[in-house]
Amino acid sequence: MDSAPSPPGVAAGDASAPRRLDVERLRAEFPILRQRVGEKPLVYLDNASTTQKPRAVIDAIARFYSDDYANIHRGVYALSERATQAYEEARAKVRRFINAGDDREIILVRGTTEAINLVAHSFGRLRVEPGDEIVISAMEHHSNLVPWQIACAERGAVLRVAPVNDDGELRLDMYERLLTPRTRLVAIAHVSNALGTINPVREIVARAHGANIPVLLDGAQAVAHLRVDVQAIDCDFYAFSGHKLYGPSGIGVLYGKAALLDAMPPYQSGGDMIRTVAFDKTSYNRIPYKFEAGTPHIAGAVGLGAAIDYFQSVGIEYIAAYEQELLAYATARLSEIPRLRRIGSARQKACVLSFVLDNIHPHDVATVLDNEGVAVRAGHHCAQPLMERFGVAGTVRASMALYNTREVIDVLARGLRRALEVLR
Amino acid sequence: MSGNLRDLYRDVVLDHSKHPRHFRALSEPARKAEGYNPLCGDQLTVYVDLSDDVLAAVAFQGVGCALCLASASLMTERLRGRRRGEAAEVAEAFRVLVTTGLQASSAVDLGELTVFTGAHEFPSRIKCVLLAWQALLAALDGSAASVSTE
Repeated sequence: MDSAPSPPGVAAGDASAPRRLDVERLRAEFPILRQRVGEKPLVYLDNASTTQKPRAVIDAIARFYSDDYANIHRGVYALSERATQAYEEARAKVRRFINAGDDREIILVRGTTEAINLVAHSFGRLRVEPGDEIVISAMEHHSNLVPWQIACAERGAVLRVAPVNDDGELRLDMYERLLTPRTRLVAIAHVSNALGTINPVREIVARAHGANIPVLLDGAQAVAHLRVDVQAIDCDFYAFSGHKLYGPSGIGVLYGKAALLDAMPPYQSGGDMIRTVAFDKTSYNRIPYKFEAGTPHIAGAVGLGAAIDYFQSVGIEYIAAYEQELLAYATARLSEIPRLRRIGSARQKACVLSFVLDNIHPHDVATVLDNEGVAVRAGHHCAQPLMERFGVAGTVRASMALYNTREVIDVLARGLRRALEVLR
Repeated sequence: MSGNLRDLYRDVVLDHSKHPRHFRALSEPARKAEGYNPLCGDQLTVYVDLSDDVLAAVAFQGVGCALCLASASLMTERLRGRRRGEAAEVAEAFRVLVTTGLQASSAVDLGELTVFTGAHEFPSRIKCVLLAWQALLAALDGSAASVSTE
């Protein structure tokens, strides 16, 4: 064990000390982090919105376009075969990354939003009838709320919402009470984008399965911060985006259990998703291709594969431990700021800090922070009902990633004191 | 960002944002229109009592950032008692000022509204400053019950 090489970005150090991320070395791999905002170094704390890209991902995409690009699943020529192979390798990387059982269960889509829309439309048509119910939670991103609202309206079904407590944790007791013989699906965030709450997904799935109800998990905020094992969680669907995982935008994943995906009708239709087409009858391709109509974001898939390679080379255990340490530090520093109220204090939390400062509007705070080079998100975080639950129009949200340091948290804290001063 | 924060958040702006003037609803037959910025959730209703083509009273209610509220508050002060045509001219001169930092016409006296001269250096905030004005124009036109920045 002692002689094992350190993963890149992990300082070796003496064998008795726990190994730690070499964050300075990691930061150097992200070209965008070198820039300045005006005269101030960029402090990027909007990682729940999207993450920056390491050189390895940028290079993989450029290399693919330079050397291996062609359309996939069609050409008999060598270049198309190479592109197809690269695309399918990316799928296999995703499968291993979330420990799915079979490549056929990995559908490559544009992102979490498309993944959820796919299930809402396709599973909705398969299973949801008038009077049926779909259960979500009060902390959902609009992307795991509006598609179900629409599906319910179209199918004559009813949307049920499991509440959260004052700490921003799901009320499991209330959730369980919402599971009835009419419930057709549960759709819940693995990690809340606005508050950082990590939901007890195994519990959520176990209770739903106890009533034979399938579960979709919105993993957009989870995959870059937690180890995700879809077989251990036993969810029926799992959705996430590449761009929040240090990969490109425009590529994402829907994992679905094969039996369900096989039974579901196509979502979009066109090329690649068919087996044979005649004017009177079309038969569909097998999964996952049945759900991948048209030419996909091929280079995006390759970039996602590279992002997964990068992420795994650093190591999820190291990343998770480091981010938890950073969260604890940031929470402590922010608690020293007068008149700052944190929104969301779940016991299990990802590295997201949501707060309001005095009675200052979040956008004014964000403008002052931007003036200090600090990029945060201000507003309702696409979770308006959740904001209402906490009686605020919006919050300031600082969300961290593996390349953030204690120093940048100090810059944030200074910026917040300056906001109090400027907007006194 | 290169803009100077103190140019954006002048004392006048902070004062009006904390103590907005004419912060109330006007009852019918006053006209009203809502302004909404879905990006940040700023939401105002602007009321205007128009009699004989004069803005006899201008008021507003709602929630928003400091810039949005201060701009609305200063607007009510500047336009109260003015003729409709003058109000439209002031609104246009103010729009030019906020988007470019330039005073377009010496014929229009913007008065205290010039505190927003620095806003053009903060492009992401221009919509906040103009929201109340868009709602006012919609209320005067009677063209829309609600205007949105997006």
